[in-house]
Amino acid sequence: MSTVTPDAGTTASPVPAANGRHRRAPLSEGAKADRRLAFWLVAPAVLVMIAVTGYPLVYAVILSLERYNLELPSQTKFIGFANYSAVLTSSYWWQALWVTLVITVFSVGITLVLGMLLAQVLHRTVFFRGGIRTISLIPYGIVTVAASYSWQFAWTPNEGYLSAAFNNGAPLTSQVQAIMVIILAEIWKTTPFMGLLLLAGLSLVPDDLLKAAKVDGATPWQRFLRITLPLMKPAILVALLFRTLDAFRIFDNIFILTAGNNGTASVSTLGYDNLFNALNLGIGSTIAILIFICVAVIATIFILGFGTAAPGSDNGTR
Amino acid sequence: MAALTTRQRAGWTAANVVVILLALIPVLWLVSLSLKAPGAVTDPSFWPAQWTWGNFSGILTSAQFLRPLVNSIGIGLISTFVSVVLASMAAYAVARLSFPGKNALIGLALLIAMFPLIALVTPMFTIERSLGLFNTWFGLIVPYVAFGLPLGIYTLSAFFREIPWELEKAAKMDGATPFQAFTMVIAPLAAPGMVTTAILVFLACWNDFLLAISFTSTISSRTAPAAMQYFSGGSVFTTPTGPIAAAAVVITIPIIIFVLFFQRRIVAGLTSGAVKG
Repeated sequence: MSTVTPDAGTTASPVPAANGRHRRAPLSEGAKADRRLAFWLVAPAVLVMIAVTGYPLVYAVILSLERYNLELPSQTKFIGFANYSAVLTSSYWWQALWVTLVITVFSVGITLVLGMLLAQVLHRTVFFRGGIRTISLIPYGIVTVAASYSWQFAWTPNEGYLSAAFNNGAPLTSQVQAIMVIILAEIWKTTPFMGLLLLAGLSLVPDDLLKAAKVDGATPWQRFLRITLPLMKPAILVALLFRTLDAFRIFDNIFILTAGNNGTASVSTLGYDNLFNALNLGIGSTIAILIFICVAVIATIFILGFGTAAPGSDNGTR
Repeated sequence: MAALTTRQRAGWTAANVVVILLALIPVLWLVSLSLKAPGAVTDPSFWPAQWTWGNFSGILTSAQFLRPLVNSIGIGLISTFVSVVLASMAAYAVARLSFPGKNALIGLALLIAMFPLIALVTPMFTIERSLGLFNTWFGLIVPYVAFGLPLGIYTLSAFFREIPWELEKAAKMDGATPFQAFTMVIAPLAAPGMVTTAILVFLACWNDFLLAISFTSTISSRTAPAAMQYFSGGSVFTTPTGPIAAAAVVITIPIIIFVLFFQRRIVAGLTSGAVKG
């Protein structure tokens, strides 16, 4: 497990003076060469990442301040925050935000519980271990759109096995039921990922500690709540952060299952519709910026509120 | 774990069976739909009464699916290759070199991993149209590389940290330049991590739908997941359930193969970057 290895990062330089924290100290030739090499190694990746995300994001801010409809390009002009007030007073935006939040909270919450169960099963399985891990990885790997079609056909009246099992119902045509189906599809797809992340955290819990607690008379539930859960906290928070942001961006499942009809649009499908059906670049960009702000808020809440260190950073908690 | 009692063993076995069934049923349903005869789609039974390969031979002879399949493979492979090369360079620097701005780089990668794709779609659509990249392979490869990089940098720097770096020092003492130490000593040791990363990045590209439907307009660059919704049924009023199911099965096969052969690596890769934190 990579979790127990000390960082080689800061020890790699031959001279302690090259450590980033002592920047004022004179650098040896080796350290300078290291820095130069690091610059050239990092530059291409940074350039691509910034060119593809930073520049369009700035451009989106500009577009969001303009009236810009592809059908009426001649009427393009700067209109300040009019797009923002249009979106923020629209019931479509608030409904989409609400639907997205409901899907996020329920799918992540249920996935966390199921992922924990899956991690326990994977952790305890003695025989056929590789086989069951392989099979449980299939939902993670399968193309979301392919899985969405499976659920869509399964819930189609007169065609699907699930619809047939539920009195030939058509859940995708009613808002609440359709959202439940969307949540179900999300849970199925993402539980393996959650389970594997939690499994890695679970393997850090020393077996001796659990055995000692057992000898002292702790029930399985007590052992889980008092030992396993606290020790897994960092793994749980990282998994939750990733899953929450991922769930908030939900697009594929809704697009295939309901196309956002019957009040099931998420903020992402709403943004897509504004661009490709209404061809309104100004409003579409405004929605994009608002989604970006929502994601930033969620990430900040996690990192500040829950003390999740940025995964992978050198000074992360362990 | 200590020896299990028969009852505990039975309990865990039952749990395993539940996991396997839950994981496989939606996939088997697609397989079943893809094998049902066209007229029998309106039969909700789980297994087809009559088996036919018609749906598969239909889509595998139609340019509406074949061309997007080729696009998916080509775009996925090129994006993966470029991502893994650029990410290995950056990850090597993160894991082994000391340089100012390392945490900023990791922060940037994390930020981009969390980036809401839809926020990119509108401006990128406009930019791609003005640059003539819209509806080209390149127009998808560029964002795929950009979003493959954070995943690659994370996974690879976790792998690179575990390589015995004394070997690199030894090579440098023997007169190798830092670049030679990278290509001749570390790269071969890093190969397993790079294979893992390549699989994860390829799966991400293969899986993408939002960018694929946003930046393409014809089958010349549309990828397979994006092409499925344009299949036509027997008439305008029928959903082409059979062909879509067959296409879904075809694009799932590579994933099943990857997972079967590289299960250990995929698990290691998925958890390396995230849990280290």
